[in-house]
Amino acid sequence: MIASVLCVVGLAAVVLAPAKTAFAGDQLTVVSWGGALQAAQRKAFFEPFTKATGIKITEDEYNGEAGKIRAMVDSKTVSWDVVVAGSGSSMQLCAEGIIETIDWNKLGLDRAKFMSGDKHDCGVPTEVTASIIAYDKDKLPNGPKTIADLFDMQKFPGKRGLWKFPMLNLEWALIADGVAVKDVYKVLRTPEGVDRAFRKLDTIKKDVVWWTSGAQPPQLLADGQVVMTAAYNGRIYDANKNSGKHFEIMWDAAQLTFNLWAIPKGSPRRDDAYKFIAFAASPQAQADLTRYIPYGPDHKDAMALVDPAILPNLPNAPDHMANALEWDAVFWADKGDDLRQRFAAWLAK
Amino acid sequence: MVTMAAQIAGRFDSVPLRAQLQRVERRRKLKAFTLVLPLLLFILIAFAFPITRMMFNAVHDDTLLALMPRTMAALSGWDGKDLPDENAYAALAEDLKQAWAQRTTGAIGQRMNYQLSGVGSEVTSSARKASTLSGGPYKATMIEINPIWGQRDIWSLLKRGSSAYTAYYLLRSIDYQYDSDSKIVASPPDQSIFRDAFLRTLGISVGVTVATLLLGFPVAYLLATLPPRISNPLMIMVVLPFWTSVLVRTTAWVVLLQQHGLVNDALIALHIISQPAELIFNRLGTVVAMTHIQLPFTLLPIYSVMKTISPSHVRAARSLGAGPFYAFWKVYFPQTLSGIAAGCLLTFILCLGYYITPALVGGPSDQMIAYFIAYYTNEQLNWGMASALGFILLIATLVLYYVFNKLVGVDRIKMG
Repeated sequence: MIASVLCVVGLAAVVLAPAKTAFAGDQLTVVSWGGALQAAQRKAFFEPFTKATGIKITEDEYNGEAGKIRAMVDSKTVSWDVVVAGSGSSMQLCAEGIIETIDWNKLGLDRAKFMSGDKHDCGVPTEVTASIIAYDKDKLPNGPKTIADLFDMQKFPGKRGLWKFPMLNLEWALIADGVAVKDVYKVLRTPEGVDRAFRKLDTIKKDVVWWTSGAQPPQLLADGQVVMTAAYNGRIYDANKNSGKHFEIMWDAAQLTFNLWAIPKGSPRRDDAYKFIAFAASPQAQADLTRYIPYGPDHKDAMALVDPAILPNLPNAPDHMANALEWDAVFWADKGDDLRQRFAAWLAK
Repeated sequence: MVTMAAQIAGRFDSVPLRAQLQRVERRRKLKAFTLVLPLLLFILIAFAFPITRMMFNAVHDDTLLALMPRTMAALSGWDGKDLPDENAYAALAEDLKQAWAQRTTGAIGQRMNYQLSGVGSEVTSSARKASTLSGGPYKATMIEINPIWGQRDIWSLLKRGSSAYTAYYLLRSIDYQYDSDSKIVASPPDQSIFRDAFLRTLGISVGVTVATLLLGFPVAYLLATLPPRISNPLMIMVVLPFWTSVLVRTTAWVVLLQQHGLVNDALIALHIISQPAELIFNRLGTVVAMTHIQLPFTLLPIYSVMKTISPSHVRAARSLGAGPFYAFWKVYFPQTLSGIAAGCLLTFILCLGYYITPALVGGPSDQMIAYFIAYYTNEQLNWGMASALGFILLIATLVLYYVFNKLVGVDRIKMG
């Protein structure tokens, strides 16, 4: 009885406690996307940070949707201090004033040192990831070499796996149709460019298996459902490492995007959040992350610290950058709604 | 003693019997009400209030009104024929300056971008440039800063924003939009998706409901008529999947039905087909997986009604000379109708809200409306649009429920 009363009192204290309790200073809630990425972040960022500062990190997971953060900030019940956000959702949350504008002086890092530092006001770039085309070397010894091969039904008959969203697909369609990588978004801003991309996608439409979650492409390849598929490089690497598969990544026209650390507005532990981000975005920590997951560092000084054996697996390794496309979150923030609707209509036709 | 008895008698005599009865009755009612009060409050707080709030979201949007007050005021006298006058441009420049200082350009841009795709980032960049302006003439300067301010449609959009209530979200949910004169026109065909999605949702839901009924009715009959020794293990087979996660069952169908899955491999090994059949990532896969998940929901109400039907009815009909089918159809079947109605209604309404299953086993043209609602809520953060779609789905469900009530009668539904 007494124990349960104490329990209730304790619970009430936790719920009703003001933001500044005696131990609020030594813990921080960091939220990532779970899976292999969060496991890698735990080893490279969370544990070393706790060791260095004594600040305990409580982890949580979400699937990158902006809705939950917005609901938290709107209702003034922010329990997440630092979140990992994708390029697109960070753009949106920033526009709505839901996440903090980063004060780079307070952070103590040089914004110019980041590959994508100038693109976002509300986030600190962390790891670079790539969307690529993957195939199974056991079933297809002579795999695709360029993005044009994705659309070449003669040379590579069979089904292709693609993401069930217009992003990635419209860009690849234009590159395969002969648009230079640097002009992709310029062309896609015009109605003619959009028509051209859809026309190119029409040529393979009946041979596409559309996937919705990142876990599906390795599965589609393993089951022989598709001869090649769009996928995230981390997942393919993971399947090779942990399931003994021989999947191959084609890096031509890889689309690079990056994740960001963001701070929801109204977090009671803002100072510690900045401390954590400064630690996790430092060159050494970013280079450490590559030992656990093949995502490249966004900090320009970190590349030199990466183990040369790991380098070929990273999206932004120098060899891969020749024809890589930096995915444009600004374009998709502008045109995404429209193009998604058109894409949905096109799919249903 | 005597005086006490007299007092008591007196007290009862002074209050008429009817009033006493009423008092007792009132107290009883109050007690009953206190018992249901927690549930009533819960329903109000967790259900009625949020839904009303959601409906409000679908028609209310004061973003522009709150963030661009000067422009809204300046446009009140604009006739919408030509570009507005210098005043409006001056107000726009002022509003953009203020928005830039308060970092609200993103919200303004996003709100305008809903209706005019592509202007979002232009608004932000205009605000950045406008923040350095010191004086007029504003009209020429603003158009020079960004040509969008020389387009009439952007001003119509702003003028529409001067009311806190908008039909835009509801219109767009049924594939209509405003043109540059603020007239309501049908969306272009390559942007029209919602009407189809609603019809598809209804179609799939009807299909799955019919399939569960056809499969569930005979099984329910078996379960209700067999001796418990046999029917209990059968019952377990029916409810076991019921206790398994929907995600697991959906994924299991992928394993079964895919190109080199168990079903295709078996059919090829038996030489029934020579090429793997397309069993998944299309409408067939969606209906199969959803039918499997929904089967217990339809079957259990039918079963529990059948349990209450006495076997002597059919026996009596047979002894009076009815054939086996006639006896079943005229005597037994009508008694199961209430269970059928309950099971089918339950399944149908649950199907309307499906989205994870069609996303995993459906094809490109199997997107149901719940998917779009989730997408606008979580990813686009366009809560007006999510509310409008939800509102229309709710209204459609209520209309169907009304029709159902007229045809079958809700009071005839029995769960057992």
